[in-house]
Amino acid sequence: MSGLILAFGEQRNNAYRKPAFEVTAAAARVAKEAGCEAAAILIGSGVADLAPELAKYGAARIAVCDDAALKDYNGELYAAAVAQAAAALNPSAILFPASAMGKDLAPRVAALLKTGIASDCIELKAEGGKVQARRPIFAGKVHAWVEATTDCFIATLRPNVFTAEESAGAGAVETLAFAPPEGGPKAVLKEILQEASGKIELTEADIIVSGGRGMKDPDNYKLLEELASHLKGATVGASRASVDAGWRPHADQVGQTGKTVSPTLYIACGISGAIQHLAGMSSSKYIVAINKDPDAPIFKVADYGIVGDLFEVVPAMIEEAKKLDQ
Amino acid sequence: MNIIVCVKHVPDTESKITIGGDGSSYDTAGIEYILNPYDELAVEEALKIKEAGEGEVTIILLGPESATKTIRTCLAMGADKAIHLVEENPLRDGASTAEILANTIKDLPHDIVLFGKQSVDQDNAQVGLMVAGLLGLPAVSEIVSMDVADGKATVKRSIEGGVEVYDATFPAVFTTQKGLNDPRYASLKGIMAAKKKPVDTNDFGAVDSKITVRKLENPPARPPGKIVGEGAEAVPQLFGLLKDEAKVL
Repeated sequence: MSGLILAFGEQRNNAYRKPAFEVTAAAARVAKEAGCEAAAILIGSGVADLAPELAKYGAARIAVCDDAALKDYNGELYAAAVAQAAAALNPSAILFPASAMGKDLAPRVAALLKTGIASDCIELKAEGGKVQARRPIFAGKVHAWVEATTDCFIATLRPNVFTAEESAGAGAVETLAFAPPEGGPKAVLKEILQEASGKIELTEADIIVSGGRGMKDPDNYKLLEELASHLKGATVGASRASVDAGWRPHADQVGQTGKTVSPTLYIACGISGAIQHLAGMSSSKYIVAINKDPDAPIFKVADYGIVGDLFEVVPAMIEEAKKLDQ
Repeated sequence: MNIIVCVKHVPDTESKITIGGDGSSYDTAGIEYILNPYDELAVEEALKIKEAGEGEVTIILLGPESATKTIRTCLAMGADKAIHLVEENPLRDGASTAEILANTIKDLPHDIVLFGKQSVDQDNAQVGLMVAGLLGLPAVSEIVSMDVADGKATVKRSIEGGVEVYDATFPAVFTTQKGLNDPRYASLKGIMAAKKKPVDTNDFGAVDSKITVRKLENPPARPPGKIVGEGAEAVPQLFGLLKDEAKVL
């Protein structure tokens, strides 16, 4: 492949987010297959010290675009910075995490570079001098293998799917000047409101304890929250039925009109397994189902199932999980 | 205020999708199509803005002849008119879709351009932002609240662990996320009125795809699972399997 594979090293508040390492490691893997180099781009203000860390995940070159105007994420400014980096580095592919930032940034970059994007990819390979990507469509009911017809391929990678494996890269750091777009950004970030809860993001959680219609009452989610609190890296999700009922916020919804998740362990409590829900969680590594109905479709995708009343089973799980803490 | 809403005609989320004989398309026979659920939010928000002041809501749909049904749904909800860009390819890539829509929008008066955050068929989540990029307009994606005043909007978008608040001066593009509003159902009166509202069928020139589908595959089947047992007494065994067999705890 002619150019290098460029990974976007996502940071917020001058700390990397986990998908930055996943994307850099994925770039290193596909670059090796293609016989070219992997590079990373780091954008922010006062972030130069962070740069060398990306070498651990296989970046041969790390381009740093450090400017006071880039302190907080702004799609227009960050897209300009990535496009300027692309002009300097001439990549044959640019990889972003399919995070809130990456999903907002990649299409803006693609419009500037006059190229297309493969969104939310779960596998990459180099074939015939091109990068190809596997991406779920119809929320995972079908997978598509896609490639670019243009010189530069852009892909966003689903968090939690690509392993952030370490491989030493040369990690040569280079500084890129940032030229802001004329007149500054047209959409202006006023403030960022932090959520007090510190809840782990659903798409990045290792374990999801999810509840459906069988929870019967919003108050009963306390059981799932307690179970999650005793499992490392766990958070609570919900089915569409429980979100539509107003029991849980939209941000918690797993499924075709909610979030598509790939945790290591997905525990479905009182979820029957409607096709829209299965589409959103069947790429989880392990699935546990707890349901009263032995014929519920969720058992068809579950690795382990318990047939029973969740109000008896979940408290017993909390007791077992407490033993893990010890 | 001129409000444009770009919408898509997509298979109902209940649909089972079967790969076509050519391996790179899907079988559309027997599929029930609906207005893309995220686009419903965009139509609703447009109608709310119109009702709070004044304005006209124009629907743009790129899709097959049969998508007239979805256009009528939008008009029955309360949109004023529509432009139908007719094409039969249901798997057109996001970049060329954006190019066609941007070419159409640039010749229309537009203060606010709304999109659903993604269509639930291709799940690209990119067209609205690309249109903004092509037209040089400000854009905020996946908004969960919108306040319009004095020729600009203050909007919120959810990020991991927080919410970003933006101001964007019109003309501007927004993509809508669940939580923004509760889309209305069309009234009988709305359904009757929709029949008389204008729908223009526009041509668009050839635009090349920037992403091509090599092939479609069914997702790998999950290995058959096992029922560990019944009720609370099966829990210790379940945790044993998660620790020793799956090694996830």
